[in-house]
Amino acid sequence: MTDSSEDRAGAQATPAATEAPGKAPRGAAFLDVRDLKVHFPTDDGLVKSVDGLTFSLEKGRTLGIVGESGSGKSVTSLAVMGLHRASRRQRSKVAMSGEIWLDGKELVAADPDEVRRLRGREMAMIFQDPLSALHPFYSVGNQIVEAYRVHHDVDRKTARRRAIEMLDRVGIPQPDKRVDDHPHQFSGGMRQRAMIAMALVNNPELLIADEPTTALDVTVQAQILDLIRDLQKEFGSAVIIITHDLGVVAELADDLLVMYGGRCVERGPAEKVFSAPRHPYTWGLLGSMPRIDRDQTDRLIPVKGSPPSLINVPSGCAFNPRCPYADLPEDNLTRTVRPELRESGGGHFSACHLPQEERERIWTEEIAPRL
Amino acid sequence: MTETTDDQSKKIPLQKGTEDAKASDGAAPLLRVRGLVRHFPITKGLLKRQAGAVQAVDGIDFDVRPGETLGVVGESGCGKSTMGRLITRLDEPTGGTIEFQGRDITHLSPGRLRPMRRDVQMIFQDPYGSLNPRHTIGGIVSTPFRLQGVEPEGGLKKEVQRLLELVGLSPEHYNRYPHEFSGGQRQRIGIARALALKPKLVVADEPVSALDVSIQAQVVNLMDDLQEELGLTYVIIAHDLSVIRHVSDRIAVMYLGKIVELSDRKALYESPMHPYTKALLSAVPVPDPKRRTQRDRILLKGDVPSPINPPSGCRFRTRCWKATEVCTTTEPPLVALRTGHQVACHHPENAGDRPAAAPAEPGEGAATGE
Repeated sequence: MTDSSEDRAGAQATPAATEAPGKAPRGAAFLDVRDLKVHFPTDDGLVKSVDGLTFSLEKGRTLGIVGESGSGKSVTSLAVMGLHRASRRQRSKVAMSGEIWLDGKELVAADPDEVRRLRGREMAMIFQDPLSALHPFYSVGNQIVEAYRVHHDVDRKTARRRAIEMLDRVGIPQPDKRVDDHPHQFSGGMRQRAMIAMALVNNPELLIADEPTTALDVTVQAQILDLIRDLQKEFGSAVIIITHDLGVVAELADDLLVMYGGRCVERGPAEKVFSAPRHPYTWGLLGSMPRIDRDQTDRLIPVKGSPPSLINVPSGCAFNPRCPYADLPEDNLTRTVRPELRESGGGHFSACHLPQEERERIWTEEIAPRL
Repeated sequence: MTETTDDQSKKIPLQKGTEDAKASDGAAPLLRVRGLVRHFPITKGLLKRQAGAVQAVDGIDFDVRPGETLGVVGESGCGKSTMGRLITRLDEPTGGTIEFQGRDITHLSPGRLRPMRRDVQMIFQDPYGSLNPRHTIGGIVSTPFRLQGVEPEGGLKKEVQRLLELVGLSPEHYNRYPHEFSGGQRQRIGIARALALKPKLVVADEPVSALDVSIQAQVVNLMDDLQEELGLTYVIIAHDLSVIRHVSDRIAVMYLGKIVELSDRKALYESPMHPYTKALLSAVPVPDPKRRTQRDRILLKGDVPSPINPPSGCRFRTRCWKATEVCTTTEPPLVALRTGHQVACHHPENAGDRPAAAPAEPGEGAATGE
């Protein structure tokens, strides 16, 4: 909130990659995102979709990003993929700052052409809606062939063999025949598989799946989640899975990041975040969800109110208007000072003004028994 | 939600209608559906020769009892939404009968249906598509009164504002337009409109699937409260098995236009009998990372077959791991294998060692499989 003038300046000038341009900071993880900000100037004001996000991810690990619509999860993934500024025209429309280090290369300040060379080969993305992500006019095979030939200097025949191999790997029956089908000839689950095949054709080291199963039925969802898990084991890539479904995250993620109003409110090892969440918003999410594994018919505990506007994010803690504990900290702290992420041990961070012990007590005494 | 039968008998006399005596009789179902069929014809060529049919709903039987919530689950394309449109008579059934409060409404003309429309209302999935963007909230919620020629006590505006308050909106919203509201608020407006004429049966087609988790819980709680307060009967159609478990008293599981299992909530989730139900339940991700290794998941192969040309015999046999010869030749009927637990399967799960071909009398085997 304090540095909005800087952000505006960032809209015109090149974003600030502060220290030692071109060289990875020491101890950097495979993917290291530091203080990422993505702001969109609109007629109504500056939309702060992502406002100071920091996280890291190693190869072979899966990070789950959860949050409701408008919390900034998808904007984050597009930022990592360099898709907010793929062209000069887009470049002027979005203000990005912070650093994204992928395997020692900084992406925020990098030339769009440089990012384009990485996109598809080192990092790839699976989108939510396969029907709009696949081109209806070209055969599935041709689209995979194209994705492969952009990054590999091979002839069409070799690329086609590779496409068939990938379709087979993701479980499409009769891949040598289906390779010539068009997307409309595939079912929803098969389209999602085809998209995964396309994303993995170049063996990317980072795979981002943005709501990969939201449009699918549960039985198909289970198949796709299994497939993503198996493929990760096989290729050892880093995976970011973005979803609003805590169940999907619990199924796949090693680490969890909870977003609210463009910021991270809690992150840590998935087991810790689920068994002892430390942020009232995470409690709210868990309390809002009906559980398939329990016969509970009393009332759910929803979060009151609705998500904040990203143009006018509440001052202090963004969650304060909806937080039942907002009045507990002294000096009106929740409404004036933005809480920093603080560690509570074992890589578990949360951003809340309430003292750790107090939150621990509320969780074990008030929240957990009601879930 | 469970003890609304008492509520119901108290509330029903408040509502208009002549058949109330029958409905409050406890045993008599509010809605009775028998052999309901809806085929959408596929025509070909210049002469519109019928080349086949999408068998969206293909012979289903069920009752809805007053005061209860019947949940209907199934994957996309199983016919659950078509079923919802049929029982509200927004669509004309191809066959079978629908009785509402003992009266056959299967083929009533739109004019004859009009009085019934007051008692049966619908809540739609998409809170953006179901509200006219050019009408004010007041106009939208008062439409049912104008269409039915009802003059509420104390005037239209007052009644609409009372309804808005009932669903948790502010009465000052009366003159606003839908675009000024969030998804959750719009869904509340849709609910207010559905409740305007004090309906007996509310059919909700995916009422919360378009909403965020925290908002979803608000709307689920609201529907819960309203049911208790107004003695409503719900048919809730959804694909989310967690939501259905939370809201329903009884649950019907549909697959390719058929009901494959119909049971009390507890029995269905704790000991499902149809292999499809079992697979469906095992596929739902549980928000608990510790459980991910312990779970015994059944992965179904392939996709749902086309409803244009469904498999012979049991429709689930193409994906079923228990399918045998009999499944391809004979269609399993929906029979009660335990009290309050109907299932259509030749090889039911959790049914003990009893040969499935000879289904037992209702009530027998209630002790097994628990």
